[in-house]
Amino acid sequence: MIPAQLRQELEERVTRAVTPREAAVDVMKELQRHYGWLTDEAVAEAASLLGLTPLQVDELATFYEMIYRRPVGRIVVHVCDSISCWAMGGETLLGRLEQLLGIPAGATTADNAVTLLPCCCLGNCGNGPAMMIGDRLFGPVSPEQAADVIAAHPGAP
Amino acid sequence: MNMSDLLITRFHATGAKDGAILFRHNQPGRAVTFDDYLADGGFKALKKALAGMSPNDVQQTVIDSGLRGRGGAGFPTGRKWSFVPRNLPGPRYLICNCDEMEPGTYKDRVLLEHNPHLLVEGMALASYALGVERAFIFIRRGYEQAALNLKSAIAEARKAGFLGSAICGSAFCLDLDVHLSAGRYICGEETALMNALEGIRANPRAKPPFPAVKGLWGQPTVVNNVETLANLPTIIALGPDRFKALAATPEGAGTKLFCVSGHVCNPICLELPIGTPLGEIIDTHCGGMRPGSSFKACIPGGASTPYFTRDHWGVPMDFDPVAKAGSRLGTGGIVVFDQATCMVAATLNLVRFFARESCGWCTPCREGLPFVQHILERIEAGKGEASDIDALKDHVHKLNYAFCALAPGAMGPVEGLLRLFEDEVREHITSKKCPI
Repeated sequence: MIPAQLRQELEERVTRAVTPREAAVDVMKELQRHYGWLTDEAVAEAASLLGLTPLQVDELATFYEMIYRRPVGRIVVHVCDSISCWAMGGETLLGRLEQLLGIPAGATTADNAVTLLPCCCLGNCGNGPAMMIGDRLFGPVSPEQAADVIAAHPGAP
Repeated sequence: MNMSDLLITRFHATGAKDGAILFRHNQPGRAVTFDDYLADGGFKALKKALAGMSPNDVQQTVIDSGLRGRGGAGFPTGRKWSFVPRNLPGPRYLICNCDEMEPGTYKDRVLLEHNPHLLVEGMALASYALGVERAFIFIRRGYEQAALNLKSAIAEARKAGFLGSAICGSAFCLDLDVHLSAGRYICGEETALMNALEGIRANPRAKPPFPAVKGLWGQPTVVNNVETLANLPTIIALGPDRFKALAATPEGAGTKLFCVSGHVCNPICLELPIGTPLGEIIDTHCGGMRPGSSFKACIPGGASTPYFTRDHWGVPMDFDPVAKAGSRLGTGGIVVFDQATCMVAATLNLVRFFARESCGWCTPCREGLPFVQHILERIEAGKGEASDIDALKDHVHKLNYAFCALAPGAMGPVEGLLRLFEDEVREHITSKKCPI
């Protein structure tokens, strides 16, 4: 169950929308912010808020890179693997992070602190290799700086 | 070390440059405020249009200016507007496409982080010309800072009477909404974008009907890129002839944002006359290649455009000259590679991106791109065969049968690889390893 205040905020967002489902991405994002990832319960709640079936919500949820339909750690580290960052050593950066965290890309650390995900171009091509934690974009991040960037993030282990 | 030094939002060290229109208002080291913008002639074009120009006059001025869409396709903006029927019942919509997810492209982010007010005024002008009363800005995941800037710019414009009802005392009303996406490349395709905005899975729609006739919620809709719309205040303020004259060549019109990345000394986003030669952008404006690097190739306009080599150094970076030279100006995202870059590996990285981003709607794209990726993986690993080259050539042709432009775009770099670097590909096959 989500808190009554969050539910009210989301209902207001849906009311402001041109059609209820226009608010779908905003609703999914807020529920994800609350639960940490888009749980089955969150999918059902989104469906009831938007007047859709859970299946219709899942069709959307599974489409977007930044909606997590599986559990993630308290921090999600996205590392760009597209062309400009690749040219500037993105693979080395990702490899260093895997080594540092002791997990392969796509996995979450055992203490549930960090999930490491390669991702599509972050639009920071002039600052490659780039990474994103939460809403914050970083770059160019050298393999040596990678640990400090994560450690400086609020909630880091 | 201070981690804020690595945060991406950072402003150009210098302010505005001569001849700039999109970066004209820029302040050294910070974003342009609403007051900066007003003091420097901001919203004068909107006032001028509302006081003395009909919507048709505005559209005609944009047609005369020669402005072509800056999102990649280069379609003439005013002509795109002219396809919108004015006699259908119900609302018309304008969408600003800020789903900037083409790898190598970051100009719209820089533009919005520096000066979101230009986009607000540009959208007001376009909406006036089109008879639009509600417009949307569709922003990709990752551009939260740009979205915040834009939202506060919208609130300030509304407070000052440039948005809302009875704008500048006229009968024109406009609401601007910011729609934040959640990350998917295909959302930049205009019909997929409309599905995304409506909260439907963002597969592209069949055309026709074209968005100009039947778009968002079935109503006539225009989709324009951020940079395209941000040009409009200058076009209205200066007039079409002076806008045209900003180009480097007599055939061109206006300026262009080039966002450069890769192995140059100074990978930045800069505003230059459209038609500035490739070599001048790299050598003069980006400080040349980084120490120890020499130029091998570049992507001239974002991930879906065929490569340029040293032979293309003098090509004016404008839509027609770049097309004539075998590529596309695209978004103006230039990715530069040095001599140590394997072009098979670079192409594999690009194809991987497109294969992963395929929405899966149509078979040629969903099945064809992973197959092409597989062939390139084999070649790069030294396990390729001579017949693989024919298979790749075949797919360059066959993926044109895909439902939308994603798969043909994905094959742009593959086509360039085979045309410009066939020897390098063959060397992978004959020596059974990557020679770089």
